[in-house]
Amino acid sequence: MDHISPVLWQFLQKWLTHFALFPPEASKIAPEMDALYFFMALVSLVGLVIVVLLIVSFSILYSKKRHPKAVQIEGSTILEATWTIIPLGLFLIMFVWGALLYFRIYTPPANAMNIYVVGKQWMWKAEHPGGQHEINALHVPVGRPIQLTLISQDVFHSFSIPAFRVKREAIPGRYTTVWFEATTPGTYHLFCTQYCGTNHSQMIGDVVVMTPDDFKKWLEGSTSGNSLAQDGERLFTSLSCSSCHNTRPDARGPSLANVYDSRLTLSTGETITADDAYLRQAILNPSQHITQGYAPIMPTYQGQVSEEGVIALVEYIKNLDSDYRVQQTLNTTDLVPESPAGKAATPGKAPAAQKEVKP
Amino acid sequence: MSAATIVSLPDQSTARIPKMNFLTKENGLLSWLLTGDHKRIATLYLISITFFFFIGGSLAGLIRLELLTPQTSLMAADTYNKVFTMHGVIMVFLFLVPSVPATIGNFVIPMMVGAKDLALPKVNLLSWYLYIIAGFMVIYTMAAGGVDTGWTFTSPLSTHYLNTHVISTGLAIFVAGFSSIFTGLNFIVTIHKMRCPGMTWFRLPLFVWANYAASILMVLGTPVLAITLVLVVLERTVHIGVFDPAYGGDPILFQHLFWFYSHPAVYIMILPGMGVISEVISTFSRKRVFGYTAVAFSSVAIAVFGFFVWAHHMFIMGISNYAALVFSLLTMLVAVPSAIKIFNWAFTLYKGSITFETPMLYAFGFMGLFTIGGMTGVFLGSTGTDIHLTETYFIVAHFHFVMVGGMLMAFLSGIHFWWPKWTGRMYPEKISQFAAVVTFIGFNFTFFPQFILGTLGMPRRYAAYPPEFQALNVFSTAGATILGVGYLLPVLYLTWSLKYGAIAGNNPWQATGLEWQTQSPPLTENFLETPIMDHEAYDYEWLEQQQQKEVASVG
Amino acid sequence: MSDSTAISNSAAAETHHEHPPYQRHHFETVEQQADTTNFAMWLFLLTEVMFFGGLFTSYLIMRNWYYPAFVEASHQLNIGWGTANTAVLIMSSFTMAMGVWSAETRRKGALVLCLSLTFVLGLAFLGIKTIEYHEKWEKHHVPGLNWSDASFLNPASDPEVHKDYPGDQPLAPDMAQKAQMYFFLYFAMTGMHALHMIIGISILGFMIVRARAGAYTTGHVTYVENFGLYWHFVDIIWIFLFPLLYLISRH
Repeated sequence: MDHISPVLWQFLQKWLTHFALFPPEASKIAPEMDALYFFMALVSLVGLVIVVLLIVSFSILYSKKRHPKAVQIEGSTILEATWTIIPLGLFLIMFVWGALLYFRIYTPPANAMNIYVVGKQWMWKAEHPGGQHEINALHVPVGRPIQLTLISQDVFHSFSIPAFRVKREAIPGRYTTVWFEATTPGTYHLFCTQYCGTNHSQMIGDVVVMTPDDFKKWLEGSTSGNSLAQDGERLFTSLSCSSCHNTRPDARGPSLANVYDSRLTLSTGETITADDAYLRQAILNPSQHITQGYAPIMPTYQGQVSEEGVIALVEYIKNLDSDYRVQQTLNTTDLVPESPAGKAATPGKAPAAQKEVKP
Repeated sequence: MSAATIVSLPDQSTARIPKMNFLTKENGLLSWLLTGDHKRIATLYLISITFFFFIGGSLAGLIRLELLTPQTSLMAADTYNKVFTMHGVIMVFLFLVPSVPATIGNFVIPMMVGAKDLALPKVNLLSWYLYIIAGFMVIYTMAAGGVDTGWTFTSPLSTHYLNTHVISTGLAIFVAGFSSIFTGLNFIVTIHKMRCPGMTWFRLPLFVWANYAASILMVLGTPVLAITLVLVVLERTVHIGVFDPAYGGDPILFQHLFWFYSHPAVYIMILPGMGVISEVISTFSRKRVFGYTAVAFSSVAIAVFGFFVWAHHMFIMGISNYAALVFSLLTMLVAVPSAIKIFNWAFTLYKGSITFETPMLYAFGFMGLFTIGGMTGVFLGSTGTDIHLTETYFIVAHFHFVMVGGMLMAFLSGIHFWWPKWTGRMYPEKISQFAAVVTFIGFNFTFFPQFILGTLGMPRRYAAYPPEFQALNVFSTAGATILGVGYLLPVLYLTWSLKYGAIAGNNPWQATGLEWQTQSPPLTENFLETPIMDHEAYDYEWLEQQQQKEVASVG
Repeated sequence: MSDSTAISNSAAAETHHEHPPYQRHHFETVEQQADTTNFAMWLFLLTEVMFFGGLFTSYLIMRNWYYPAFVEASHQLNIGWGTANTAVLIMSSFTMAMGVWSAETRRKGALVLCLSLTFVLGLAFLGIKTIEYHEKWEKHHVPGLNWSDASFLNPASDPEVHKDYPGDQPLAPDMAQKAQMYFFLYFAMTGMHALHMIIGISILGFMIVRARAGAYTTGHVTYVENFGLYWHFVDIIWIFLFPLLYLISRH
């Protein structure tokens, strides 16, 4: 290949070996999504072929040369009804099919393993329940439903894994969820697909799908020593949450044991389920989320706890199935009144906590 | 008349451009800048819109050049972000929205309904001035350092996180919005109140129907965008507002308000284009549009349904699953009238007597590309596949097929169709046919690979991308070069034709619209006396009788 | 609107060929001209409805979310000034309507008087609004620029208001902060309304000069009529703003 410049040749070679046309299918939902995709592609192709055939054949049959005099036709109700009803029918099939997929992708199963993901300019931070933190990466095992609970610390981001065919916006101020079940070990792209500022295109990473054994090893190898719930517990103490949320008879706040997923009646008379979103709101905007029978005295923690901190707290509260741990922390803080956490008991001030949680 | 064409030009040795016409009536810059004549304002619009189209186009060229390599090689990421933002802002608000209505619509609608002018000539001129002010504000923004919010101004990014010129751009769009409101308002009033005797609603050309539908969207949708931008500007100024989650505001509310306009805006852009296609297909197949009423009502149906589908831009944004369901269903319904139109146009050809002049070639291009654009829209309207495809190059390809493949093709088709009426001269036919074909090929090369890129998952608005996407991006950039040539050619030969083109005469295409029954270029008052519409729209037999009568009277 | 009117219009045009000076060249008849501009004005008002609609939507959503903050924040508004302003605007609408009537009946002096009164009342409205805005500034109730939560964290710190609304409880800090949202919307809505007033007053000033020259007492009243529509519309916007911002949370 003397007559091709070596640079060009290198390029061509690189392309031929690195040329993707269709993304890998690496999750349970992917083949189902692709089935609908190809159905739609087929319908589009047929539609396009019909339109092109009509144009081309009419152009040939009725060109001025062959057909010098046009025959005026007003229209045809039957024909028009046909091309109203058939597309409508096809579109409705696509609608129903798509909606079924949509509901599946955005309704996580009850047994899913939850991983929190925080998006911020310009990185993804994943928090595993065991306390493993990852930046711009996500390690997941094969064959296990994984639920992602997403939130953004600043602007809109969007968490996209093309190989899994899932994507969900990470929104500032509220949790969103998506789930998937990976099927093939490997490394896949992770993108931020919602434009989020200067380094939007750097907000990418790898999703590493591992066999369950490898995943276990990875978990053990990357633990930070504390589980996410333990992080939350430390925060719970340092923010002095336990000074009200304890089980003492004179406690000013409700007990939090088993509160997760229970039905609560609020001071407004409303009944709600205490889910992640509720717990987050109750920490940041407490006055609208007061349990019935308690005074609205809880200070807001808006601006004092990062989204990661809130996640740790939520995870801690989720796992509180008795008040034993709360009492333990209470005892220790009582014993050491000099600790900075003790001083921070005044509402709205938690300097120690702030330092600890802000990345 | 040769068998392959319907073009009938007057005898070139004796033909002259009429001495008295709207171009020659008055001279001097002021006579243009203070004109109330809809044809002159349309001309002003045409010049300014072409200018902004080429600015937006050059920015598109820069985008494609940057994407030639996976790294950020040509410009830094923040520069790239500014370039695609300005490309979007200019193309959407300064080109696509006013393109067909403000130029072609302005020029022909009063003639089509048999009026001397639009109902409110001063408002029409004001509308052009607002457009120009908006244009200057956008140019100022670019000169001052640009803006990098993306044309969607997503809050809180636009309101709290960027320190570029969001305010001047926001106000520019606010002003451009009122320009478009006034155009739409003028059209509605004109179509309601200025029709000549005998011109019933169902005798109106379909171009008028399409613009009427688009005008409704302009009048009702644009003010919502205006107030949204006001709120964004206020929020940026005082650092608190209804969209900021840190203070209890709701960024999703911004999405609702923004898309309440910006989805109908898509129909504002495409509907007038559809109107052009109806005119062109009918004229060059010598037949009344198949199912006139169906095509007319499908325009209105698109306008009405178009208002209730905005949340399909938010399927992955945490709106409730059931809301997604409703909006997806409505989106499917709005796709149907478009399908009806495509098939009605195709069947207009049936038993016609078809010739293939340039406007017809562009119209064929429109039909093919719009079919692809429309069908891929269904991929995105179906909630399931939307999850995978949205926010990727698939969506970029989809709306470029609709907007560039559809709307721009229609615009060029219309410009070529009405050029003889506008200037009184023909352009060189062969080279313009060549340009149409080049545009079509270049377009497919540019944007078809982007469907594959999107399916692979390549996100939009990325300055850098993983290397395995490079091959397709190189294809796309190569195609853009061809496309660029396709767009430059018309500028050259249309300018050339202004002086050297053949004299077109009143009705070179043998078309039936009232605008063709007057001289080219028309008089300032359009008609010598108020026309009386005594036949249906697209009545080619009437036209033939008319011509025979003329021959008889002259002979 | 129907083609029959179009035909009758043109028939009328054929009968009298002399056009009055105020008839624009592109209309067949004066009636068509009046009809057309009138229709255009109504359409423009429809646009305006959508414009304010966006604001009202935001207000209703936020009010629903942060009800306690919105209630206490609205207590901070001066109902006396608000009522006075409502009265001023209603009066100005009356003088405007009288102006249209004077134009129709070709009473030049009355027209100039009515327009001038409307002009003065419009200015009075803006004056009162300025006093109110100033009061907000003094009380640190301007979101973003000059803000303090004090009146909501501790209503007793504001004895004047507290005396009228002794039932106001101190708001929790996170809710007190949301009062900013109320005032943001208050300034956005009344500000947009005031902008419309300013535009209206400027046009009024121009019209007074023209009316003195007798431009509107020739029998051609479309301009005055259409401006009247605009003025009444701006008035009606206030008629919605007043209860939503001032009255709705009082007992």
